[in-house]
Amino acid sequence: MAKSIASEFTKGLWNEIPPFRLVLGLCPVLGVTTTMQNGVGMGLATTFVLICSNILVSALRNLIPGKVRIACFIIIIATFVTVVELAMQAYAYQLFQQLGMFIPLIVVNCIVLGRAEAFAFKNNVMLSAADGLGMGIGFTLSLGALGGVREIIGTGTFYGASLFGPSFQPFTFMVQAPGAFVCLGLMLCIMNMFGSK
Amino acid sequence: MGDYIVLIISCIFVNNILLAQFLGNCPFFGTSKKMETAMGMSMAVVFVLVMAGMITWMTEAYILKPYNLEYLRTISFILVIASLVQFVEMFLRKSIPGLYAGLGIFLPLITTNCAVMGVCLINIKEEYSFMQALVASFAYAVGFGLALVLFAGVREKILIARVPKPLQDTSIALVTAGILSLTFFAFKGMV
Repeated sequence: MAKSIASEFTKGLWNEIPPFRLVLGLCPVLGVTTTMQNGVGMGLATTFVLICSNILVSALRNLIPGKVRIACFIIIIATFVTVVELAMQAYAYQLFQQLGMFIPLIVVNCIVLGRAEAFAFKNNVMLSAADGLGMGIGFTLSLGALGGVREIIGTGTFYGASLFGPSFQPFTFMVQAPGAFVCLGLMLCIMNMFGSK
Repeated sequence: MGDYIVLIISCIFVNNILLAQFLGNCPFFGTSKKMETAMGMSMAVVFVLVMAGMITWMTEAYILKPYNLEYLRTISFILVIASLVQFVEMFLRKSIPGLYAGLGIFLPLITTNCAVMGVCLINIKEEYSFMQALVASFAYAVGFGLALVLFAGVREKILIARVPKPLQDTSIALVTAGILSLTFFAFKGMV
């Protein structure tokens, strides 16, 4: 079974798009998607960590002993998360403050660890990079979409710009905690209706 | 004393770690299909979270702060939690096999449970004292267990219900969690 770089890349965009198809890494998905901007920012940060950790894990896969591999993965991931954390503090401080705790929590995001364990540890560097990029973009798209829907319904704005004029009554349920669960559940339902293989 | 009671109530109900702060959602959906696994996971989280809360607080206060190493917080906390989990697992296997049989498979999962890491970070962010951090860790863990067990009970009932096809499994679980979260919302004005 030949694996091409293109197919590894595209599977993250639809067939296995996280977090809809792979129900992993839900915490940031629910926590930061009150606006589209936050969602996309979080998605990009996760994408960076995902690609870098996938490349490094894959490059070191013959050196890492199988028994302590999880600990090694975690150190690699934590290193890149620290890089993102410091970079965001320097160049995107406002976004960093809004995302708050969820940036350090990328360390324990199941998607990143899951891809390292399930994919990068068994495949070569190029394939792993493609996998990381695909999964990362898929994750960013999902977060952006969820953030967009919640922002439009919950506050009546789209990427910060007002949509419906002053007479619009925002449905604040959507930007609060319960709305996040319901909105994600219904989006998953819509995806299931169209995407059932 | 009154302060601690307020802290406990706010950590268990008002700021419930699963339903209001969105931390630890992977095990929330992963282990809530059966009551048994939900109970096991809750017990393991209470156990580890209290220990992790104490140890990370000490790491921050005695190692990171005095040497101005705060930027290493993420990496050092995750290392502390991962080794703690490993240590607890080995200790339980040798000395308390009964408990190990109950918690065993859930322990490794806890390393990647954002609830544990999240509570440790909250303790630091809120600048809790040692006692407060200890009480808050315990209360958050109890809140986690409460929400998980409640949710598992509801999900067992959903299994017998007839659910439309596209809504099945995770989708209906998410909507149910939303409604459960709405009920916890009612505690908002309490503290």
